[in-house]
Amino acid sequence: MNHALLLENISCTFISRDDRSQRYTAVKDTTLVADEGEFVCVVGPTGCGKSTLLNVAAGLLQPSSGSVSVFGERLAGINNRAGYLFQAEALMPWRSALDNVIVGLEFRGVERGEAVERGNDWLRRVGLTGFGNRYPHQLSGGMRKRVSLAQTFILNPQILLMDEPFSALDVQTRQLMENELLDLWSAERKSVVFITHDLEEAIALSDRVVVLSAGPETHPIGEYRIDLERPRDVAEIRLTPHFIELHAQIWRTMKQEVLKGYVQQQR
Amino acid sequence: MSSNNANGRLRLYQLLVLVATFLLWYVLTSPALLPPLYFDDANQAAFFFGEPQKVLSRIWEWFASGSIYEHLGVTLLETMLAFAIGTALGLLVGLWLALSPMASAICDPYIKAANSMPRVILAPIFAIWFGLGIWSKVALGVTLVFFIVFFNVYQGVREVSPVVLANVRMLGASKRQLLRHVYMPSATSWVFASLHNSVGLAFVGAVVGEYLGSARGVGYLILQAEGVFDINTVFAGIIVLTGFALALDAVVSVVEKRLLVWRPSAGETERSI
Repeated sequence: MNHALLLENISCTFISRDDRSQRYTAVKDTTLVADEGEFVCVVGPTGCGKSTLLNVAAGLLQPSSGSVSVFGERLAGINNRAGYLFQAEALMPWRSALDNVIVGLEFRGVERGEAVERGNDWLRRVGLTGFGNRYPHQLSGGMRKRVSLAQTFILNPQILLMDEPFSALDVQTRQLMENELLDLWSAERKSVVFITHDLEEAIALSDRVVVLSAGPETHPIGEYRIDLERPRDVAEIRLTPHFIELHAQIWRTMKQEVLKGYVQQQR
Repeated sequence: MSSNNANGRLRLYQLLVLVATFLLWYVLTSPALLPPLYFDDANQAAFFFGEPQKVLSRIWEWFASGSIYEHLGVTLLETMLAFAIGTALGLLVGLWLALSPMASAICDPYIKAANSMPRVILAPIFAIWFGLGIWSKVALGVTLVFFIVFFNVYQGVREVSPVVLANVRMLGASKRQLLRHVYMPSATSWVFASLHNSVGLAFVGAVVGEYLGSARGVGYLILQAEGVFDINTVFAGIIVLTGFALALDAVVSVVEKRLLVWRPSAGETERSI
């Protein structure tokens, strides 16, 4: 199998703008792989540099050392084979839902009529038929996430980078969105790197879970293959014995790091 | 029903205040009604403060004969030109400085200086440069509008959410597309937010410019009347200008409402699924 995304020995050190002697190493010597069609979840305590890693994979951030390759090619600049779903609101508030969905097509010079047609099709697929002319502020948080999903999927990226995209949603909406994501993913079989601090979400969604250590100098400390059968329902699978077994196993590794991260945040 | 009633009563009271003001004005300035309280001569109050019935009849005369329209037209044209040119320049310079930190750092003290300078004082210079026609008034209005728009655009570009920016870059926007689809809409939304201010100041620029030297415009009418101590006409001019400014403001409100539909307004709730 080909590596869709390969992060090799990535280190990221941030230097304070005011005081150049103040340094913070968020990520150290991290290697992360996502194969073609694989769903990888990266879990770690809050504030451990998970987003930093994802920004490096997206080409939004240059690592201090290490290299990124996408389908065997070394990445320079923005990773244009990847779509990115952000944790925070990322829609353009001055564009309607439909115009937000088709903005990527617009950038690629797709003719307006065709773009609108494909945009409406995607709005239908994420369950937002008839909401195309609403502005983001007129939509609920869950609906905005769906628009973001359509906005990213319409460009058919081979790699999906997701940074706790559903963490701001309530539990029910979140499980709905997770199931929708799995449906979309199983239809198109993209490579996914999904970042979360929620271990249950990670196990329910992924093929493989990578556990990161607490920051600073975050690095992977464990990797687990999730051999639960697909298709899955994220709400139901949590109740199966094998899920609970996996959860207990991974939690044993993660617990120490979560405690470390907690102590650091107290300081 | 009751809120409609309350609203109607409010309007009635507002109208009463206006009528009372005019009545008081009439009583205090009429030479025949009251003995001179402060002035030696009964006619002096009317000389200094005008008489409301004469002021109103002057306004009526202007609109009935149509002679005011030419002057209003000139003032409006100057306002519009000052607004359009000032906004375009402010947008351009604001975008440029906000996107190149070096240029903005160099220009910073000069922009602050130019902004704090009382720019009305430039009017005589503009009169020399551009003559007494409309362009000297437009120039004055432009200097007033420019800074408002400039600072808003600057702010608007700086306040673009970094997440939106990163998202648009991931969706494949080139540098030019970033400018057109992210920075411009964000900046223009701030410009629209300051629309009331900038249109108002364009109007001020036009009237002050006319007042300082011109051959046409409402400011010119006031200047002429003042030259011959015709205080009634001065007041008539002021009232017409006020009404006109209110009308302009109402138009801006309508335009703003149409252009900023995407903005969440206070009190509007999020629509749930």
